[in-house]
This record gives sequence, C-alpha cells and structure tokens, in this order.
Amino acid sequence: MYKILFNLFIVSFMFMAGCTKRDVSELQELKLPATADVFIDDFTSDLAYSAFGGSDVRAFNVDVKETYNNTTRSIRIDVPDANSPNGSYAGGVLYSTTGRDLSSFNALTFYIKANQATNIGQIGFGNDLGENKFVVTLSNLPATSAWKKVIIPIPDPSKLTAEKGLLYIAAGPINDRGFTFWIDEVKFENLGTLLPVESSIMNGTNTATTTFIGVTSTISGLTSTFNLPTGVNETVNLSSAYFQFKSSNAAVASVNAAGIVNSLSAGTSVISATVGGVTAKGSLTINCVGAYTPAPRPTRNPSNVISIFSDAYVNVPVSYYNGYWQPWQTTLSNDFTVNGDNVLNYTIFNFVGIEFSAPTVNASSMTHFHLNAYIPGPIAPGRQLRIIVVDFGADGAFGGGDDTRHSTTFTAPTLVTRNWITIEIPFSSMPGLTSRRNLGQIILEGGDGSVMYVDNIYFYR
Amino acid sequence: MQKNKIKYMQQHLGNICLFALTVLAFTSCEKDAVQTLPQREWELTWSDEFNGAAGTAPDNSKWNYDLGRGPGNDGWGNDELQTYTNSTDNVRLDGTGNLLIVASGGSGSYTSGRIKTQGKFSYGYGRYEARILTPYGPGIWPAFWMLGDNINTVPWPQCGEIDILEIRGQEPHIAHGSVHGPGYSGGNAITKSYSLDNDRLDSKFRVYAIEWGPDYIDYFVDDYLFQRITPADVNGKGEWVFNKDFFILLNVAVGGSYVGFPTSGTIFPQTMTVDYVRVYKEK
Repeated sequence: MYKILFNLFIVSFMFMAGCTKRDVSELQELKLPATADVFIDDFTSDLAYSAFGGSDVRAFNVDVKETYNNTTRSIRIDVPDANSPNGSYAGGVLYSTTGRDLSSFNALTFYIKANQATNIGQIGFGNDLGENKFVVTLSNLPATSAWKKVIIPIPDPSKLTAEKGLLYIAAGPINDRGFTFWIDEVKFENLGTLLPVESSIMNGTNTATTTFIGVTSTISGLTSTFNLPTGVNETVNLSSAYFQFKSSNAAVASVNAAGIVNSLSAGTSVISATVGGVTAKGSLTINCVGAYTPAPRPTRNPSNVISIFSDAYVNVPVSYYNGYWQPWQTTLSNDFTVNGDNVLNYTIFNFVGIEFSAPTVNASSMTHFHLNAYIPGPIAPGRQLRIIVVDFGADGAFGGGDDTRHSTTFTAPTLVTRNWITIEIPFSSMPGLTSRRNLGQIILEGGDGSVMYVDNIYFYR
Repeated sequence: MQKNKIKYMQQHLGNICLFALTVLAFTSCEKDAVQTLPQREWELTWSDEFNGAAGTAPDNSKWNYDLGRGPGNDGWGNDELQTYTNSTDNVRLDGTGNLLIVASGGSGSYTSGRIKTQGKFSYGYGRYEARILTPYGPGIWPAFWMLGDNINTVPWPQCGEIDILEIRGQEPHIAHGSVHGPGYSGGNAITKSYSLDNDRLDSKFRVYAIEWGPDYIDYFVDDYLFQRITPADVNGKGEWVFNKDFFILLNVAVGGSYVGFPTSGTIFPQTMTVDYVRVYKEK
C-alpha cells in the first residue's frame, strides 16, 4: 500500500513537472537546510569540531556528568594553565560541514556555567576556519557556577544563507590558571524578545583623520548593540561583511566592502555605513590634504646605520613605537602607509616613548642620531621638540640605577610647519648619555596636542 | 491638516465599534483564543495628540507637572530615585506628534518627568487609551495611570488609583494593570499581568487602554482584553471607589520598591514616547 502510494506520488509529481514550463533563469541556488540545533545532547549530523592552532587540542570534550537541566550531554571546555605544554589556551570551532541557511534566526543561544566565577575571552559564530566572513563575537562573557542563558544576536540574518561557522570559542587562563566551563543546548533561535538598538563603526564616534593621496585607512570599531530580554544591552563585535560602507565623496576617498579606505585626492569625504539598511552610528571623516611629500630618503650606506624606523634600512627589533605610558601620555598612534612608505603618525601628541630593549642597541661605533619630523599644524611661539636618548646601562634593563640619558631641545627656526624637519644630533653633544652600549629608548617630548609625523629614526656614523 | 485629523479620528472610532463585536486574538495557546467583548460605542471627549513644535513643553491647558521627589521627599512613597522636573530635557514634544518623557542621569542621580491633568481635566466612566512606545532597562518604571480627582481632600489610597499600564523595565514583555483603593493598595493592589510570547512591548507602539463603567474596569493591550476588575474583586478587602472623576498621569520612574533599582546594565537616557492620550465617553 505504502509503495503504491509512493509510486502514485512519483507519477503525480512527474505530471506536475511535465506541465510546468521550466526556464533556466528561474533555477534557484541550492537552498541549504535551516537547521537550528547545534549541540543539544550531541553533535548534530552536519557538525564537526576543529581546534585552533596553538590551542590545547584536548580542551574540548563532550561531558555526560555536568549537563544543563539533566540532559544527557554537554560540551566541556578545559582551559589550560598558562604555559601548559599542551597549548596556552582553549579554542576551536564547531562548524557545519555542509553549511546552513541561518537567515530565519536572529540569535545563537546556549547555556553556560563554569567551575568558578570567570570570564570567557571570546565566544561567537561565523568563524568557519576559512574566509571568516560573517563573524560575531561576544567578548569577556561572565560565567558563574550556575547555568545561565547566553544570547548572541545576529546583526543581519539575511547575510547568513550559507554559514558554516556555528560556534567558536577562545578562552585563556585567568591569572595564569586554567578553569573549566560547560556549554549546552546550543541552537539558533528567532527571538522576538531581542530588540535591536544600534550598530556602530569607529566605536560609535565621529572620527576625523588627516591623510594624503595613497594613504589607506581602516574602518574599525565595528559593533552592534541589542537589548536582551532582561532589559540590559549587549554589544557584540562584528566583521566588516555585515556593513555596507559609503563614501560621501568618492573622488576624495573610496571604501571597499572590507572597510578599507583609499585616499584619492585632496578634499573631505565622510565614510559612513549601514547594517541591514539601518544607518550605523559613527563615521570616519577623511581630510585628504593632497599629495604626500615623503621625508628626504636616506642615502647613507646601510653598513653605517643602525635603523629604528625607516623603509630605507632593515630595522632592529623594536618593542613598540608608542608605549602609551600612563597616566600622563595623550599621544595616540595613527600610523599610515603611503605609496609603500610607512610613517609614524602621532596624534594628540604630548610625549611618546619608543623602546628597543630586547635586545638593547649597541651604538658605540655610531656617531650621530637622525630623525625626520613633520608638523602639519602651526608652530606656536616657544614650541619645543625634545629628543631624549636613553641608555639602559650594563643591566640592559630599564632602571636599576645605571641608566643614562640626554635630552636635546629644538625650537624655531629648526621647527617649521608643513616641511620635513631633519634632526641630526652628534653623540658628542649628548654629555648626559655616558654610554651608548645599551641604548633602549627614544622619547619625544614637547607636543602641543596636535599631530606629528616621524620617519627615518636611526643612528649612523 | 486639522481636517485630516478629524477624519482620522472618525476612522479610529469606526475601528473601535467594529472591534467591539468579535475579536480573533493570537495567544500562546495552541488554539486561537476567541474574545467576545461587550459591544460599546465610544465618542471622543478629550484628547492630546501631542502635536507641536519639537522641543516645546506639552500643552499647559491640559497638563501640569509633579516636581521633585514627592511631598514627603521620599521618592513618591516608593523609594523612587528620580527627581521630576518641568524641563524640556525631561518632558517635551518631538515635533512629529509625540510626547517624550525622558529619564536620564546615572550613578544614583536621575531626572525624569511626570505630567498630569489634575485641575485641568478629570472624568469618570469611559475609555481611556494611550499609544505608547515604552522604555526599557532594569529599574525603569514607565506608567500611564489615573488618580481620584478628590485626592487633595481624600488622601490616597481612599481616593483610588487606576494603573492602566505599568512596566518593570527588566521584564519588557510584561504589562501590568492594577487598581489601588482602601484595603487593597501598594503590594496588595488588585493586579494582573499581560505577557507577550516571544515578543516585547517595546518592539513597537502599542495602545494601552481601559474601558471603565459603573461595575467594571476592563484592561486592554492593543485591544486585547486581559483583565476585568469588578466591585466583587474588592469584596472583603475594602471599598469600590471607582465611581467618580479621576485625572490622568504619565511618568517614567527610576528605581523604587515596585521595580527594583537600576543596574550598571541600565542604559540612560530612557524615553517613553506617547503618540496620543484619548478619552472617550460611551454613546
């Protein structure tokens, strides 16, 4: 009987198909299944797990003892201690081997508990071990020893018609100690109790940056905020593919789908964005001042140079070009690359430290210090630029009572606006610097809170 | 413009008459629940559509303000945290036909608004409705409610209180409708909740209403009847005091004994947006 019915079905289907005019243009792409469940009591049929490189591959386990609401199985993640020989963190991806259509859902939800009050570094979806196009991340998720429900919203579900990355986790030790957490009842849901609040670029600020033709800038600070069913807001980080970027003046600046902005000509352009047709908060204003005048290209023989920052030479290892020394430093870095030339761009500059202490630099055979600086703003009367070269002494480390330093002050007319300033200081003019065998820092001081570009920092003879 | 508005109201009245017959409503039940409501015909008797220039105060021929932290300086008897002001920072029109009541502040110091028709308009039996987009967040307590017009001579709770809408901001899917009176006030109020299934009240503007007659007060969210309170409900508790004129209040409180206190997760400012308040008498 069943078989007859089945055959009848086939026949009727063929009949219907035969009646229907088919047009190649009407063929639709293969629709992937809209499976909601990820891990309820076991792996769903299309599910696989892969650990991140460098992570402890034994961190991921299926647990039968500790489960949500007395179900049969949960996911257990054992975060290793710091410096564990098995790996320094727990991380990996639960992914669909075939892909899913998640466009009818608006959130990934699951329950979580930990063996202690802790924060889970990153947890989200969209990481597919490949393109990672539509990644959404909830950072520093607090977990306690009681199960609680977590909701990770999908900012624009219409994007997720073929998603493989269903759940990803990256969790490191807290105060160097590992811990254990459990995740259960992982699934995608369409929650009417989740209220979109806003999405943001540049962390919701209206940011301005001065550029030159050929400079690339990146739209960063991509977030989306939702109000949870408890009335509390939750903000997740997004990948750029959720956003549609727009340049208000395409002749001045172009922006691509990844949020990379290219400055094309002098002028002003405001880069804004939408998510799912809704305007995102924040913008990046590109003030392109025109063609970039590079710093004078160094011509000294590389064998006579120890370079800290220059595209003309191979630089020694540098720990940082901006130490963000707190609490008094205001200086931020907005370094840029123009036509292949890397430039240090210090904004809100009051002072900044550059450190190259691992290892320190022995400049005993060198005779001079060199630096190029460019100040786009006006030079107020009395404006100084102080350059401090620091030697860390025999211990090769900051402090210890053996550090020596010398500060050299420059003022107008050496300091000029809108022209590259070349500063060359002979070590013989740095009496405070009693050794240059263990140079570790260069400190620039005297900023007025405006912008200064720096290039070609090196010692030479 | 004025003509269009009248036409719109007539349409609205028509809708209400139609609606009073039989309503199909969807609830969380497996089957669709059928609500059969008594047929009532309404005629508009008072309203504020909140038309006016952006940033201006609401019509002072209709509304005045409660200010400060209450007559006892005790958070209006509920340990509420906000200080009510008459500033347009807290109470203003948005220029597109809405009233905004804005609760703002943080770290235990908050300002907000509470307006009322006391001394300007009070009324008895009828239909009272407001179309509201509600605020949210732990400790946020928006309300559309009424007090007995004799409150200055007959103190609360004897004067009576009808709460058409109250929301605890940490439960943005639940509306509460209540009456307070002698013997059934504060924590012993007669109250019922209306909870949305997989939706939130603040996902869109909704119409919160009561229909009030000599022996009933019916509570509605978007014309879904979720509670009827009758004199029988106060039997053995106290006296039915809903047989005289009441005035209307709109406010957003922050914190207090009813809602609990704001948390670090409560986002400020929070705004209650009111499209209109309308009062109808039965034809």
